[in-house]
Amino acid sequence: MYRRRASPNHEAPLRWCFPILVVAGLLSAASGVRAAADGYEEARLGMLEAVRRLVADTRVETGRAALAPEVMRALEAVPRHEFVPPERQSQAYENRPLPIGYGQTISQPYIVALMTDLLDAGPERVVLEVGTGSGYQAAVLAELGARLYSVEIIPPLAESAKQRLDRLGYRDVAVRLGDGYYGWPEHAPFDAIIVTAAAGHVPPPLVEQLAPGARMVIPVGPRFAVQHLLLVEKGHEEGEVFTRNILPVRFVPLTGDH
Amino acid sequence: MSKPPASASLYFSVALVSAAALACEVLLTRLLAIVHWHHFAYLVISLALLGFGASGAFLSLAGSWCAARFRACWVANAAGFGFGAPLCFALAQALPFNALEVAWSARQWGWLALLFLCLALPFFACANCIALSFLRYRERIAALYAADLAGAGLGAAGVIGWLYVSPPEAVLQGLAALGLAAAIPVGWGGGRALRAASAALGLAAAFLALAPPLVPLAPSQFKGLSQALEVDGARVTATRTSPLGVLSAVENDRVPVRHAPGLSLASTSAIAPQVGVYTDAEHLRVITRFDGDFAPLRYLADSTSALPYHAVRPARVLVLGAGGGAGVLQALEAGAEEVHAVELDPEMVALVREDFADFAGDLYRHSRVRVHVAEARDHLRAGSGRYDLIQVAALDSFGAAAAGLHASSERYLYTVEAVRAALERLRPGGVLAFTRWVKVPPRDGVKLFATLIAALEERGVSDPGRHLAWVRGWSTATLMVRGEAWSAAEVDAIRDFARTRSFDLVHVPGVVREEANHFNRLERPWFFEAAAALLGPDRERFFERYKFHVEPASDDRPHFSRFVKWAHLPELLRLQRQGGIGLLELGYPVLVVTLGVSLLAGALLILAPLAFLPAPSPRSPARAGVCAYFLCIGFAFLAIEIAFIQKAMLLLGAPVLAVAVVLSAFLVSAGIGSLAVQRSAARGLPVRAVAVAIAALSGLYLWGLPAFVEAAAALPLGLRAALVAATLFPLGVLMGMPFPAGLRRLAAAAAPWTPWAWGINGCASVSGAVASTLLAVHFGFSAVVLLAAGAYLLAGALERVSFPRSG
Repeated sequence: MYRRRASPNHEAPLRWCFPILVVAGLLSAASGVRAAADGYEEARLGMLEAVRRLVADTRVETGRAALAPEVMRALEAVPRHEFVPPERQSQAYENRPLPIGYGQTISQPYIVALMTDLLDAGPERVVLEVGTGSGYQAAVLAELGARLYSVEIIPPLAESAKQRLDRLGYRDVAVRLGDGYYGWPEHAPFDAIIVTAAAGHVPPPLVEQLAPGARMVIPVGPRFAVQHLLLVEKGHEEGEVFTRNILPVRFVPLTGDH
Repeated sequence: MSKPPASASLYFSVALVSAAALACEVLLTRLLAIVHWHHFAYLVISLALLGFGASGAFLSLAGSWCAARFRACWVANAAGFGFGAPLCFALAQALPFNALEVAWSARQWGWLALLFLCLALPFFACANCIALSFLRYRERIAALYAADLAGAGLGAAGVIGWLYVSPPEAVLQGLAALGLAAAIPVGWGGGRALRAASAALGLAAAFLALAPPLVPLAPSQFKGLSQALEVDGARVTATRTSPLGVLSAVENDRVPVRHAPGLSLASTSAIAPQVGVYTDAEHLRVITRFDGDFAPLRYLADSTSALPYHAVRPARVLVLGAGGGAGVLQALEAGAEEVHAVELDPEMVALVREDFADFAGDLYRHSRVRVHVAEARDHLRAGSGRYDLIQVAALDSFGAAAAGLHASSERYLYTVEAVRAALERLRPGGVLAFTRWVKVPPRDGVKLFATLIAALEERGVSDPGRHLAWVRGWSTATLMVRGEAWSAAEVDAIRDFARTRSFDLVHVPGVVREEANHFNRLERPWFFEAAAALLGPDRERFFERYKFHVEPASDDRPHFSRFVKWAHLPELLRLQRQGGIGLLELGYPVLVVTLGVSLLAGALLILAPLAFLPAPSPRSPARAGVCAYFLCIGFAFLAIEIAFIQKAMLLLGAPVLAVAVVLSAFLVSAGIGSLAVQRSAARGLPVRAVAVAIAALSGLYLWGLPAFVEAAAALPLGLRAALVAATLFPLGVLMGMPFPAGLRRLAAAAAPWTPWAWGINGCASVSGAVASTLLAVHFGFSAVVLLAAGAYLLAGALERVSFPRSG
């Protein structure tokens, strides 16, 4: 029933709309300019440095020594302090998750960066996000030029994320209030799916809406803790689905022999 | 002013305030477990009990001033407890403490400290009442202490009974009323002002007792229930409470509950409509809609837990931890002829049978289903009949029960002895299966596998690998064990089950490395490697070198969830800074932190009064000796109490019952012991003889326990409870003697020092309780009992040194 409520202008088939992507690029460049004058430049650079260090630190666990430069640039461009409650703005660029109300959190910058990198969400890629939250992850993906469809289940969060993304210039992100379990079939298949609210199972409709060869990333575990990242990869053959469990924390080897 | 003798009403008031305080301790642990999480509840309440130690320190300083205004101070403190309990809880609940954020922010530690200080206040006030009575009527110390113990004993049993009939927030208010009522008999004997105050307190007590709960529970916004209720359309449609937990049933017509842990990624079946049931606002279990048609329940065959139904075709199934019935439906859907569902929480069964009977298709009255309200291990021992499959649904029920009164209920189901008992209950060819969440790095699955191997070896199986199977998906894993080896056809069926559902094999006879990390890839095939190591010749070396503690749990050391090794402390600290600590089980680290803080605070509370107390005269006892004496008996009392609560769980099943029976038996009998001290000759009882008797008796119990459990297991539960209480009684009577005997001598020789000893006893009880639990983790409960016996003997030996010329 939420599907009917979704605003129609977000549902235009935009994948072929190159000009609009150009506009999106300009807009994000504009937001980058604005971000550069917001007084948080130094904090943001500090955050990037922390992310870079942690990525290097966990290269064995994640299988990557550095993240794509575009991902780091996107992280630098998004004004994270705009996505946290006013009383938490001073902590916005610390490399940690923060509460955003309604029992939800904005993920640790390092996790956002790593998930974005794992999704391989470049320009023109169609991405589904289940769980918009504050909209931070959506903004980062939008900076990369991805065509983003985002579903949020908690009404006030959906409303505020929509307004916030609009205000900050991420106007092409389609945010819808609704139940993300069934994905967004009108825009399927997706080149990437990110699920920020994990349950004990992966919704079968989401697996279905994943394009062959595409990836879904799901953080699993309690909020505020560093979570496992579950990477679901759909094979090119019918019904082939694989997962990879990525532990984004540096662990000393289990038995000390490898 | 002349002092009237202690009246009967004072004993009554002491008993009442003491009952309310002990009940409050149990209750606040429950309340905090609902609002936050049970580990923090344990931490906070353990430390809040230091309020007793603080009372000792305070009265060492202000004792004579207070004793001179005995009635007024008594009334003020009882009122402090009565008003303080609900107010401090309301305040504690309003603090912006977020347990999940402690890894990230130092500020949260500040809130945590404030939380515990806040909750220590009611205990401080209550302890003042008791210690003041000791100060004022020092010749009646032993009798007053008897009233204190008896009250506490009744409070322990009473609050658990009360929690069966009232929700916890209402019980809190009731306890507050009792605290206020305790002030009245004392205040009524005073002047006009005190009488007026007493009357006002009486009115307030009546108001609190009759009014609906004024402080509603507000669970943390990060708990499962709170989050489910944020979703549009969600509403709580039924609530049931018991000491095991508060159950909240959530329905949502717009965004349905869909709980299917371990569902295969290859599954395309829809999830049937469900009602979500949260225990203490967390731990989701579901009641599934059922109308006799199994077609909408296909998805139940697509979880790892369906493995045994494909490996063998079980006709008679036992589901341990049936919860809302998902495991029962899974068995029926798979074609089982007879399903026995064991569920610990009668309220959970009532939800399925009554509140949602229509929705659940009267599942728990189905012709093929039999429901048993029982604890799992207890049912394995006492139940009758044999099964083709025993399913342990760890995901469903036992994790939830662990959040209840004492976080230990699952322990006795995951020991070598429990596995052996379950294997005894299988028909030929029958299977015992466990399903657990997949945790990376692997630990609980590995420990369970090691436990299964140990149980098989104890049965004389020479090649355990041929009797075991282990399959994992990305979120859950299922382990199977049985008395017979798997046939080739069964191994094929297991392989087929796994392949068609995108699950990986961890172990089946003949498994190869390539099958172990195909669908759900880990950095390395960790599970496979661990299983291979455990089945190979290098098992001991593996235990030693593996990063986590994964040696099998036993009945004497049933701490299944302890995985941390001390050697990894530096890594733990590093993980904490990274926020990765949440990936590990917090129980053990929380215990260590609690012990550390309680020892520090205890030392401070014991040493601080020394600066204020009158200098010892040649006639007064040696301070170090007195301190050691009260430390020994404070620790030993709690150590024995905790060890026997744990041992009683084996016989009484539900932890709640074990706590109620053992605690009240010990406290009431200790009260009688204390009364005996009061009645004894002025020179007092020879503590040495008592200590020897305690040591001998507890040693005897320890030695005779296995035979006792064996012999009593078949009796009805009520009789077993009575037998446990009766057996512990003589020990409790003896254990009630050393404290009042020592206090009495101290009061005779150096009265102002009695609050100090009272404080020492309070601190030793707090640290002693935590230390005993930690010691049991490492050395087993038998060792804890022996250590406590040793502490009593030491106290006995100290008697002469500590009170040389007492009289």
